[in-house]
Amino acid sequence: MPINHPNLHLTQLAGAIPAWSGNIKPGDLQPICRNVHDGGGRLVALWGSDDREQGNGYSLHIALVNEAGLVCLSLSLPAGQPGYPDVSSIFPVANRMQRATYDLLGIYAHEGQDHRKWLRHGAWHGGSFPLRKDFDPAPSRTDDADNYHFVQVEGQGVHEIAVGPVHAGIIEPGHFRFSVVGEKMLRLEERFGYTHNGIEKRFESMSLQQGARLAGRVSGDSTVAYAWAYAMAAESIAAVTPPERALWLRALFLERERIANHLGDLGYLGNDVALSFGFTQFWILKEQVLRNNGALFGHRYLMDSIIPGGVAADLTDPGKRTLFEECSLLEREVRVLRGIYEEHAGVQDRFIGAGRIEPRLAAQLGLCGLAGRASSQAWDTRVQFPCAPYDQLDVQMATYRNGDVAARVIVRFDELFESLRLQREILARLMPGGELSLPLEKLPAQGFGAGMVEGWRGEVLVAVHTDTDGNLARVHPHDPSWQNWPAVEHAILGNIVPDFPLINKSFNLSYSGQDL
Amino acid sequence: MYQLIKQIIKTGIKTDAAPLPDEALRVTTQRLHEEILHVFGSALNIRHVDAGSCNGCELEIHSLSNAYYNIEGLGIKFVASPRHADMLLVTGPVSRHMVTALRRTFDATPEPKLVVAIGECACNGGIFCSNDGSPDGGGESYASCGRVANVIPVDVVVGGCPPTPTAILQGILTAVSAQKQ
Repeated sequence: MPINHPNLHLTQLAGAIPAWSGNIKPGDLQPICRNVHDGGGRLVALWGSDDREQGNGYSLHIALVNEAGLVCLSLSLPAGQPGYPDVSSIFPVANRMQRATYDLLGIYAHEGQDHRKWLRHGAWHGGSFPLRKDFDPAPSRTDDADNYHFVQVEGQGVHEIAVGPVHAGIIEPGHFRFSVVGEKMLRLEERFGYTHNGIEKRFESMSLQQGARLAGRVSGDSTVAYAWAYAMAAESIAAVTPPERALWLRALFLERERIANHLGDLGYLGNDVALSFGFTQFWILKEQVLRNNGALFGHRYLMDSIIPGGVAADLTDPGKRTLFEECSLLEREVRVLRGIYEEHAGVQDRFIGAGRIEPRLAAQLGLCGLAGRASSQAWDTRVQFPCAPYDQLDVQMATYRNGDVAARVIVRFDELFESLRLQREILARLMPGGELSLPLEKLPAQGFGAGMVEGWRGEVLVAVHTDTDGNLARVHPHDPSWQNWPAVEHAILGNIVPDFPLINKSFNLSYSGQDL
Repeated sequence: MYQLIKQIIKTGIKTDAAPLPDEALRVTTQRLHEEILHVFGSALNIRHVDAGSCNGCELEIHSLSNAYYNIEGLGIKFVASPRHADMLLVTGPVSRHMVTALRRTFDATPEPKLVVAIGECACNGGIFCSNDGSPDGGGESYASCGRVANVIPVDVVVGGCPPTPTAILQGILTAVSAQKQ
């Protein structure tokens, strides 16, 4: 059993990754979380659901991960007083998730330290909750201002810089409140939720197939990871395994997404330290990857290429040759560019020491993904819980311990080369012929499934609950940005304001992925 | 430094030819004088506003700056403030939480100005909005106002999820070209 606790009875879920689910009582929530935390495990996601139509109240769901796999626990809450014990005192990262769950569903944590709203601004009343099944949008509408209480820093010479939601560059909207003395940053407080589009509510009116398209648009830069995680969750409920060819193609798509995003970020990191040469060079390479995607698979970002049951795009033999040539080109060029970055004194001067997250703090905050690995947090779903075909690929994890911008750049370079190696390996093993998908029209009734995929930014989780007719009752997509955004508030401490864009870019987190 | 210069010389010039304007993208009659458009056409400043997109359209707007599309080579520049801008490039269905920011950005942009809506969501609300109840397909929900035209006036729309950089460039060039009589 992944977690040893006398009151815990887990059932293993069918599917691609080791995952379990179980029901617990309110009094067991904190001890179990403590148990997982002390064993080195982490909180992946926290969400709620309205189960009143099934004659229950509400439910709180949490997804935990430890060395054995993913554990999804559910806690029934009475409809009258849907409160649950606070998790954020054990996993600090739960803070924003608990607040968002209250804004959307009206279930709340007892004894929590921070009861401010998170995803709600002023578009609907504080007393109405969009994810309740009886939510009526018309009477809930308001046009109130946000009125969010930022923590104020006082003292001689302290002043605030308010940035956003509309930023100076081509960036998603969000608000950053800096408290500074001179150039030095004393505190950063983030305010998000600007791109809240009601994605979770939208899923509830969709078919399984429409849902796959929406999952691919939770955060556009991670479309492959989301589509795969969604498909994995659906396939877990239906207890089916896609054809082998489809699995190899999914891995190919996921690595290509990682390659494209790492190339783009490495270019922008050069640009942010005034080496526009880096932007020009890396974005030429990125454009070639995108053009090959468009020509071979019909979409530059591979949107809608993964569907529940398999894939919707194939690779021909000439296409394979194109990708082998692309691998050679990228390996050769990126090696030259890495040399230039490493030997450029100005670049290294800005990279080294900026935005540092020490490994201890990273562990405390539950930092994940590439930012986590740059601070010694050795988690990579492809390595620890390799779903097919990663179980045959022996992925080498890139880790580094300095936790600064330079470390995140090194991890990106290492992962880029590893993804190119994986792409070669996948192409070599991808045999011609074979089915691309199996029919998966509808899911069994009252099922639950979870999919977890290591996207380029970190682990993407999608949880799917079906209703008594097998329709989507609740879909919760979880972005690794939930884990990593709070860390940016720590990373900037003691740095100067002009280094914020660089530090922020070195994480490159998603706004839409956490705003939902 | 030797490696850097060698790499620049080896790379050469990658830029593709720019697309021609397409009248079909224009949703309103041309509002600005031809002379103004002529000036815009040779030095255009753009302010981008993400009003609620999934960041897919942003990826392609970034691509416009790469060496293949070389948007700055056409005299078109992305600027940091709406007060410096001639055109707003707006993406996403407009989330209700972004309505005020989008309106203020529009108001802060000096006249004469142009608005180009980028992507399926900006054109009709896209996948985030149900288009069932709306008579003209604007798409709204508890969290979203749907298409950009529901909040501010739009001159040109570019569909696609996301539209290619060439399509976005074509939309921009259409907005600054004179309408054929």
